[in-house]
Amino acid sequence: MDFGFSDEQELLRAEVRKFLDRSAPLEQVRKIMASDAGLDRSLWGQMGELGWVGLSTPDEYGGSGLDLVTLIVLLEETGRTLFPSPLISTVVAAKAIELAGSDAQKALWLPGLAEGTTIGSFAYLESSDRHDLDGIELRGKREGDATLLSGTKQLVFDTASADLFVVAYRSAPERDAVSLALVEPGAAGLEIDHFPTLDATKRLGRLRFEDVRIEADRRLGEESAAGAVIAQLLDLGALLVTAEAVGTAEGAIATTSEFARQRVQFGSPIGRYQGVKHPLAEAHVDVESFKSLVYYAAWALDEGTPVASQAVSRAKAYASEVLPRIGLEGVQLHGGVGYTAEYDIQLYLKRSKWVRPAYGDADHHFEKLAAESL
Amino acid sequence: MDFQLTPEEEAFRAEVRAFLDENLPPAGERGPGFNQEWDAKVRARGWVGFSWPKEIGGGGGSIMEQVILKDEMAQRRAPALGSCFMGLAWVGPSLIEYGTPEQKVRFVPDILDSKYQWCTGYSEPDSGSDLASLKCKCVREGDEYVVNGQKIWTSIAMWSKWMILLVRTDADSEVKHEGITCLLVPMDSPGIEVRPIENMAGTSMFAEVFFNDVRVPVENRLGEEGQGWQVTVSALAHERSGIAEFHGLMHNLEKLKDLARRCKKNGAPAIEDPEIRRRLLRAEIKIEAMRLNGTRYLTKQLRGEKLGAETSINKLHRANLEIELGEIALEIEGGLGALKVGADAVPDDGRWQHMSMSWPEVVIGGGTPNIQRNIIAERILGLPKD
Repeated sequence: MDFGFSDEQELLRAEVRKFLDRSAPLEQVRKIMASDAGLDRSLWGQMGELGWVGLSTPDEYGGSGLDLVTLIVLLEETGRTLFPSPLISTVVAAKAIELAGSDAQKALWLPGLAEGTTIGSFAYLESSDRHDLDGIELRGKREGDATLLSGTKQLVFDTASADLFVVAYRSAPERDAVSLALVEPGAAGLEIDHFPTLDATKRLGRLRFEDVRIEADRRLGEESAAGAVIAQLLDLGALLVTAEAVGTAEGAIATTSEFARQRVQFGSPIGRYQGVKHPLAEAHVDVESFKSLVYYAAWALDEGTPVASQAVSRAKAYASEVLPRIGLEGVQLHGGVGYTAEYDIQLYLKRSKWVRPAYGDADHHFEKLAAESL
Repeated sequence: MDFQLTPEEEAFRAEVRAFLDENLPPAGERGPGFNQEWDAKVRARGWVGFSWPKEIGGGGGSIMEQVILKDEMAQRRAPALGSCFMGLAWVGPSLIEYGTPEQKVRFVPDILDSKYQWCTGYSEPDSGSDLASLKCKCVREGDEYVVNGQKIWTSIAMWSKWMILLVRTDADSEVKHEGITCLLVPMDSPGIEVRPIENMAGTSMFAEVFFNDVRVPVENRLGEEGQGWQVTVSALAHERSGIAEFHGLMHNLEKLKDLARRCKKNGAPAIEDPEIRRRLLRAEIKIEAMRLNGTRYLTKQLRGEKLGAETSINKLHRANLEIELGEIALEIEGGLGALKVGADAVPDDGRWQHMSMSWPEVVIGGGTPNIQRNIIAERILGLPKD
């Protein structure tokens, strides 16, 4: 019985933390936020070379072949420093190809995704805002051997930097008749809009398809047979977002605690007052708790246990509710300077606005759990 | 990460299960002598004081075995392992660490055999959360200590034969934690008066205890004079995963869901009400988080690390849940939620009414939620002390 990380995993954590502290402190993060694509290609390239982007991609395709439990160590660290990168998007896109792609497709795409030279993104969400198969309405119409895609994907991650979209579409009216296709940004008939976001470290956009032609070698697996894979990708996405949220919550608490130790009012550091202490303690209780839930969910997904999807939903529901609150508390406990652009705490609050809906908000995950439990 | 048990651990789990199959009849089918028989049977197995060393009569169970035993017992809602509750929780561990050989022989076997009850004389009217400020006066006269003062919130004082008592032997000590001494006191000593306190649930579980020139032989001192504070903070390595609490809370939650299926809200089953659904699911997620937090504490213990302030996290969850489950229940009951235990129409024999009136036992008993928050903020987040 052991519900903790191995020495190797802790070593990885230390390495990632050292790398990010040195190369991407918050001053640097602010510079990346101001860039067009919201990405520092050189840092991203280094992370690829270090084997971190392809951490969970099988070794025969250029990855490190490690499990999700190891991957969440990496994400906790990128979350702590609000590191802007298309890591989550690329990992989910690579997983789609790993799960549904042919050997030829894997050989063609996975090495680039693993080393970060190809940035991927999974496009599934549409105007219904549903994070499940019913939400996939983008239409795929067969034309000979090819498929024509028409419809709109919105709130797609990292549209400004992605080189490859994994697109979920509906190939027939039945609920499960969903499919996956690979689409590159330059495809004829595809329009991409990039949205400004509250959290400039996380980019979102819209893909508009009008008869975008998908040749057979760009379809992942048999048509109308991707339901199970898409469900796995949604679980994986929710897991990764929540793992990163652990680091973000801890970063917000650490930043606010440090401020509360320094800031003196009424003759004492404000951290001495229970009005400051107690909300921070509550925040710590919450992050430790959704941390336990996300660790377990990662293990359950690795093991493929039947409860894995529920475990993911518990973690994401908890995080979706508490991270926004932790951000709000952090800004309030900073007082006036919390409202300034200069202080960092506002960046954590903004991140919570991205985390809350990403891969389903609390409401979505509560109702998913209710189907099993109520 | 690995949730597998070793073959030895699996074998122990099977042994506990077999014992329960044989010796634990369903709740409705237990005769009047059941509790006594149960105490004797689990004692014979060495499962009373299971975390205590074998030399002293305990079970010598490893951390993992303790978890397995509690897990199985709690899943089946078995009675406690031994019914000398305070003796097992507080007195025994202190005796094992600080008792003289005579004291150990005199008291430990009786605790393990559930012979009589102990109570703990710690809190005072002016020393609750700030326990170390206690003032109960104690002066040595020859071979005796003379105690004058008052204790309060002393659980089961009226049914106890002995008390483990904290007194102030040095009123001038600069550090308040020093100058405290621990005594073992027979409750029939002349000068002791016990006045039960009625709680808001209408029952009396705790009492005020008054000491008026109570004489206690020096041989009944546990540890040295002035060492009382350390004496009561046991360093025994017992598991703290809280696995039994998890099963208790899940049991209540399942009952609550059942209530929500039976009761109506705005004309529809309460379980279809979006707000009730959310509150039930939020509670379920928190209970699961407690289980997993506890498993992380357990891992730390198994790796030989010491547990610190992190256990306050689950104490806070437990406190919140204890209140929240009762509140959800009364809201589900609607108008019936205003009835008292014993009322004719009260749902589920009034268990929710009882819960909603007795939560302070859990919530206040082991250190109030605000104290837990202070502990987390100061010891984990490094904020300045109050």
